[in-house]
Amino acid sequence: MSKYSLTLLAILFFVLVVGLSWAATLSSYIQLVLMFVGVNIMMSSSLNLVNGYMGEFSCGHAGFMAVGAYAASLVSVWCFTAGSVFGPNLLPPAWAVVLFPFILLFGGLIAALAGLLVAIPSFRTRGDYLAIITLAVNYIVKSGIENIQPIGGARGFMGMARVVNGMKEVADIPWMMIWTWIFVFLTVLLIKRFVSSTYGKGIIAIREDEIAAEIMGVNTRGAKMVAFMLSSGLAGLAGGLFAHILGYINPGSFGIMKSTEALVMVYLGGMGSLSGSVLSAVLFTLLLEILRPLQLYKWVVVPLILILLMLFRTEGLLGHRELTDVLPRLKRVFGSREEVHAVL
Amino acid sequence: MPFFEVRGLTHFFGGLKAVSDFNLIFDGGELMGLIGPNGAGKTTVFNLVCGVYHATHGEVRIEGRNLGRLYPHQVTAMGIARTFQNIRLWPEMTVLDNIRVCHNYRLGYRFLDTIFQTSRYRTAEKAIWRRAREVLEIMGLRDHAEELAKNLPYGLQRKVEIARALILRPKLLLLDEPSAGMNLGEKEALIGLIRWIRKEFNVTIWLIEHEMRVVMNLCERIQVLDFGQTIAQGTPEEIQGNPRVVEAYLGKEMD
Repeated sequence: MSKYSLTLLAILFFVLVVGLSWAATLSSYIQLVLMFVGVNIMMSSSLNLVNGYMGEFSCGHAGFMAVGAYAASLVSVWCFTAGSVFGPNLLPPAWAVVLFPFILLFGGLIAALAGLLVAIPSFRTRGDYLAIITLAVNYIVKSGIENIQPIGGARGFMGMARVVNGMKEVADIPWMMIWTWIFVFLTVLLIKRFVSSTYGKGIIAIREDEIAAEIMGVNTRGAKMVAFMLSSGLAGLAGGLFAHILGYINPGSFGIMKSTEALVMVYLGGMGSLSGSVLSAVLFTLLLEILRPLQLYKWVVVPLILILLMLFRTEGLLGHRELTDVLPRLKRVFGSREEVHAVL
Repeated sequence: MPFFEVRGLTHFFGGLKAVSDFNLIFDGGELMGLIGPNGAGKTTVFNLVCGVYHATHGEVRIEGRNLGRLYPHQVTAMGIARTFQNIRLWPEMTVLDNIRVCHNYRLGYRFLDTIFQTSRYRTAEKAIWRRAREVLEIMGLRDHAEELAKNLPYGLQRKVEIARALILRPKLLLLDEPSAGMNLGEKEALIGLIRWIRKEFNVTIWLIEHEMRVVMNLCERIQVLDFGQTIAQGTPEEIQGNPRVVEAYLGKEMD
């Protein structure tokens, strides 16, 4: 039974959130925050794959988010709305109900391909130098989009709200809340399965000693490619969701600031700790919202908390451990690694 | 066709000739030593064989197949495994995971299988776990399976490194100074362990060693390198009496 309790908890949470949103018990502001929590969980856990598990330093995660956001938005607006950019809608707006997840996946796929921009240089260089490359990729994506005038350039791109409204006309349920949390669960599940497989352990071996990994039979190039593409692809998925939640995107919101936020969440939660990433994404998003009344001083208080954290708990909230290692009692409820493999 | 063959292996680092016309033939089952003073190019020979460097000239063949420009993980798949002079375990991983990772070159499933946990993934992963545990068991490391590699004492870390090489099912095992940093008792145990591995796994062993007592005890044939050149070859007795070897190690006697 312990094998399923995490799944049960997730389903319970999902039903609760969606149900309360549907019944309009939660204000639309709280709903928005909840969806951002989801998007941030996807951002931090996917970045953790590269920065935590593989030990590279990627600081351009928002670039891939932007690619996914624009790719998904362009397709959904092109297909389901009539507008000045793409002309009349290609498909009836009601079809969005079925096709929306595929559009998000398409955005993720394009972002994964953009991930090659970092994956291929990573064969030859690593560490600080690769970090500079990721930074450059972030700027290339941002400036590239700013200069494509047909999709709005620096002014941004909108129309996604009409796609979501089209879905609401078919059935009046909180679509975005549903899809956000479904993709959050899928992301976390996917990363968890990947890093606990022997294949995924190869990526951790690259972090620990790349040359030894290669000599001991790990195809390091292949593994890096998979890790970078997976990480950027998931960021792209998060981007697609982000775009449809807001209904409007502009290149400015995918700058280095956004990448930094993702980095902060990873280091706050602990490198190489998936539960840490989830926990820190929740805490960080909520913290920013709670401190909203402080207005500009928020950006003094939050970095201050970070400085204190780095001074007194360098390894982040959980370090390289998972929540079940920190609180062993949870193991009884959720099952340990050994049990999972006994089932396997 | 010899089992393993190195012919005319030569390598330059810039203008420095690190290895010069190195030749070697194994028919299979040998226990061969490679010795020489510091900087003689012993580890470079190992690195050339493993594909870490690609030789300037010459070729390495195992069972007739040229290792040419292969990447190290492809060389590993051909049946060559090694340990390192300074231990290179993955310190923040458990002993079991250290062993498990070495299955990467023949997983038997692909990336998508891990995500969907297909039956192919489950079967393959189950076999990997079973084999990893088996290797730990025969190496006497079972009780340390869940410990982080960095927390083990030095002697055990060496053992994990050998276990890690063994799970690769090598036909040729390269040991780079296996006794480095060991005390007398550990060295004795190591000699026994290497003999046992050779018999148990039916593997050809080629080792670099500084400790003469280990080399002379263990190896059937010894090759001596100095400044990248092979200066002597033969049985331990022959090597011990060879004036060029003595000269390389101790220097020339003044007239």
